[in-house]
Amino acid sequence: MRAAARDGKGLKGIGGLDRKSHPANKQRTNGAGPMNSPLDHKKLLKSATGDWEIVIGMEIHAQVTSQAKLFSGASTAFGGEPNSHVSFIDAAMPGMLPVINEECVRQAIRTGLGLKAKINHRSVFDRKNYFYPDLPQGYQISQYKSPIVGEGEVIVDLPEGERIRVGIERLHLEQDAGKSLHDQHATMSHVDLNRSGVALMEIVSKPDLRSAEEARAYVTKLRTILRYLGTCDGDMEKGNLRADVNVSVRRPGEPLGTRCEIKNVNSIRFIGQAIEAEARRQIGVIEDGGSIEQETRLFDPVKGETRAMRSKEEAHDYRYFPDPDLLPLEFDQAYVDELASQLPELPDAKRARFITEYALSAYDASVLVAERANADYFEAVAKRDDGKSRDGKAAANWVINELFGRLNKEGRAIDASPVSAAQLGGLVDLIGEGAISGKIAKELFEILWNEGGDPRELVEKRGLRQVTDMGAIEAAIDAVIAANQDKAEQAKAKPTLIGWFVGQVMKSTGGKANPQAVNELLRQKLGI
Amino acid sequence: MTELIELSLAEARDGLEAKRFSASELVRAHISAVERARLLNAYVLETPEKALAQASESDARLKRGEARPLEGLPIGVKDLFCTKGVRTTAGSAILGNFTPDYESTVTSQLWRDGAVMLGKLNCDEFAMGSSNETSAFGPVVSPWLPPNWDGARARATIVKATAERAAPAGLLVPGGSSGGSAAAVAARLCLAATATDTGGSIRQPAAFTGTVGMKPTYGRCSRFGTVAFASSLDQAGPIARTVRDCAILLRSMAGPDPRDSTSADLPVPDFEAAVTRGAKGLKIGIPKEYRMDGMPEEIEKLWADGGRWLAAAGAELIDISLPHTAYALPAYYIVAPAEASSNLARYDGVRYGLRVEGGDVIEMYENTRAAGFGREVKRRVMIGAYVLSAGYYDAYYLRAQKTRTLIKRDFEQVFAAGIDAVLTPATPTAAFGIGEKASASPIEMYLNDVFTVTVNMAGLPGISVPAGCDAKGLPLGLQLIGRPFDEETLFATAKVIEDAAGRMVLPKVWWE
Amino acid sequence: MSVDATTVKRVAHLARIALPEAEVERMQGELNAILGFVEELAKVDVEGVEPMTSVTPMRLKQRADVVTEGNIADAIIANAPLSDDHYFMVPKVVE
Repeated sequence: MRAAARDGKGLKGIGGLDRKSHPANKQRTNGAGPMNSPLDHKKLLKSATGDWEIVIGMEIHAQVTSQAKLFSGASTAFGGEPNSHVSFIDAAMPGMLPVINEECVRQAIRTGLGLKAKINHRSVFDRKNYFYPDLPQGYQISQYKSPIVGEGEVIVDLPEGERIRVGIERLHLEQDAGKSLHDQHATMSHVDLNRSGVALMEIVSKPDLRSAEEARAYVTKLRTILRYLGTCDGDMEKGNLRADVNVSVRRPGEPLGTRCEIKNVNSIRFIGQAIEAEARRQIGVIEDGGSIEQETRLFDPVKGETRAMRSKEEAHDYRYFPDPDLLPLEFDQAYVDELASQLPELPDAKRARFITEYALSAYDASVLVAERANADYFEAVAKRDDGKSRDGKAAANWVINELFGRLNKEGRAIDASPVSAAQLGGLVDLIGEGAISGKIAKELFEILWNEGGDPRELVEKRGLRQVTDMGAIEAAIDAVIAANQDKAEQAKAKPTLIGWFVGQVMKSTGGKANPQAVNELLRQKLGI
Repeated sequence: MTELIELSLAEARDGLEAKRFSASELVRAHISAVERARLLNAYVLETPEKALAQASESDARLKRGEARPLEGLPIGVKDLFCTKGVRTTAGSAILGNFTPDYESTVTSQLWRDGAVMLGKLNCDEFAMGSSNETSAFGPVVSPWLPPNWDGARARATIVKATAERAAPAGLLVPGGSSGGSAAAVAARLCLAATATDTGGSIRQPAAFTGTVGMKPTYGRCSRFGTVAFASSLDQAGPIARTVRDCAILLRSMAGPDPRDSTSADLPVPDFEAAVTRGAKGLKIGIPKEYRMDGMPEEIEKLWADGGRWLAAAGAELIDISLPHTAYALPAYYIVAPAEASSNLARYDGVRYGLRVEGGDVIEMYENTRAAGFGREVKRRVMIGAYVLSAGYYDAYYLRAQKTRTLIKRDFEQVFAAGIDAVLTPATPTAAFGIGEKASASPIEMYLNDVFTVTVNMAGLPGISVPAGCDAKGLPLGLQLIGRPFDEETLFATAKVIEDAAGRMVLPKVWWE
Repeated sequence: MSVDATTVKRVAHLARIALPEAEVERMQGELNAILGFVEELAKVDVEGVEPMTSVTPMRLKQRADVVTEGNIADAIIANAPLSDDHYFMVPKVVE
């Protein structure tokens, strides 16, 4: 409730929790270390010598969804024979020049809008110079002082209704590097430039995160936003979303500690593990009387620890300067507005709308909006073709508990669901009309899943319609009671026996009697 | 046959059209001349078969009356332009036998217009130099002989030096970096040549060899497929024996290119048509800052002559000031090496060119680049890396780029006040001797570009036209600097000077 | 501003050019000659002056998002000093 008041967005369902951790604490958008910002003691790491606060910032590299690369016309498709998605430009042949891909520019702007960030109408591409076999030019075209997107924020919902605001420092476009394989040969590496030149968005957060859990939630949310926008598919297994995690520790109230950067963490799970491992390592060093050296590290998931990258003879001197093969990138507000007008509804807005429009719980709404395809499916269930709404809660219940549960069990994604939203919607209608009971509905769902068909037709054809004719029900009840006189007598003293009777009546009606009606009438007849 | 190579490009074009001779004859004459001129070391690669095949196709088109603008005309190509299927070296050992599978935009337009490629021309390594002495293929010998030298002595000197793997001291440099282009044009080893200019590399060698060289406005020609030295300064342009020839060649070389983000989206004017416009009513600026301390009297006189000739043609001479002139050269020697240090990072032995082994990849890089780059290139790459490095960027690169804005502003103000072109000497001296500046500080060599470098820094067009000779009989050139994209005025004014000075008498053949 | 031998070696490494000890001094002298020359620039008043970003006023051209290049692996590795099955081969990076 307090968060809602502060956000001013009319949000419901934050839970109105009464915790000292919330919500003023969550105004952490100043990474310089708001020393007087209230701590969430629950998040502190406890060691033998006391409490420690972990401070985390993240740099996410997100591969831009586009057909061709950032500065060349080669394909960005995954896989492919070595060096087949490579143009002479990507191979840095003599005399080759970059020309920027307009869609990559648009994707960056869209992402900036999704991050509620400042879009810079003028930005500059710089060369970041260093030598590495997978960097054919000997420099990466990136953006240094003037990125295309400035400050923004991401709202992250944590379990138990907690909500934090993570500041975004900037977003810029840059080229990805190629790939080196080191294990094919004893002394040589194999270099494949297919990925060289693919567009990346580097999204830099402010150091507003305070725990592994927050970090995981942040990356999850960011990934969801990117997928909603269609600007990055967020596939971490393919390496389309990678995280560099900056971790430091400090005693509560102290200035920021020295941070270490853990590079190229490629799963959300590992992000959490890496943070915890690194935080514990740093605490251990400090407690042993040492101090933290600023360095770049790698996370080893097998050992569950971070190690320093060995090629650290000296810090890289990147010698940034504006790329003279490119002019500054410029566009006007009208261009940005046009893109903004075509953005899809984003997760936060969709979640809020689900809560108000369909009377969903915050939890259910969150589950549904985590993937846009899921949310779209739900809405197709919750709304009829004619635009009228079905019972939102019932729709949510069936989508989340029944459909998602079944899909997860069989390892299917929503786009491979054998049951369409229309079919599921029809099922929800039938329940709403009282035509079938909940139990029958589950049977119907099974039929739809395995065989398909129209729910209404199936109900008729297979006689699934629930018996609501009170006369028929009464007759069935009377028959059961008559056949079980002694039990009927005991029921007065032992009311739980009604369950058995309900079972019998349901059996005798082939499960089609309306259970509520049966229950009520039985109670009457049994005198319970 | 010999007369064919003495024709200007325009005359050869007319001759082909008039069917006085065939393209094959014309090309064969040139192939022969090239073969006999190897002592000059102007060509690093001859492509006679390709040339004859192109000539044959040209003859077919000429017969059908389908002649393209450069149909059948033999051209030399500076080895900085990537030519498909033909080795391209940039004058360096580090490219090894690199054979590009793509064509530079500039040369592809030459072939589009029917030109014939005689071969690749020698140049300073990666276009870094003002004398063509830094080339991995050895220096180019200027067809101009020093005073009191005769052909026999010159030939003997070259043969002896070559045997000793030394440079033929005493003979003259053709200038650089487009020394091969200028020498070939002056020695009638091609009708014209393509070249590039980053700090004066077209204009200075043209001045040293008595030929005409035009560096167009930055963005007029595409840089795609041209080996990059300093991206914000490099520009391709023609060297030829007459102003008209330059105009004809530039028309084919120039044009917008979607593959070069810095190429200007402007249509190419008919430069040839502008050549005879004359200078009537034009305002010619004479910048006082180009009058350097200790400027040789000959240069002063030449400059004054040029002014007189233009005035006689109806132009008005106006004294102007370009206050930041003196800062152009130091600023250039920050910006150019900085960009070069980054542009040359790709020459690392991984994907093409020379590779020298090493224990690990870093050693491989270091050994390859140490072996593959010559001394001048190493110097500039290191200066470039230094001035961009942490802590020095503001003091050097940023400051130099700001100085560039001021240099450009000087010109903008002058043009805004009504000046149509600026007249200056092209070089502070005539050609010097091969090896003469070897022990001097690198700066001495850099000073050759003092008059030309401002033009690249401001992105303007500039032309060098032969205007006379010095006391030793060596050619001197005058430079005209124009408004952005106004190459036409430069061709027109250069023609006035060319006519008034009288056509340069090029050296008789001694090199065969 | 001048450079000492240590700086020269550092810069040589930055530029990945092997510089034998015997050549350091000569290179140092040459670099210092150039640095001395460009010191001239310290005299320019650049207060309030923007660095030159583009020589001619133009807008950055953009290309359409269409695949127009690639599938030329043979040509890509054609000039490679060492290759294996369309991969470039290099000595390993010592990590």
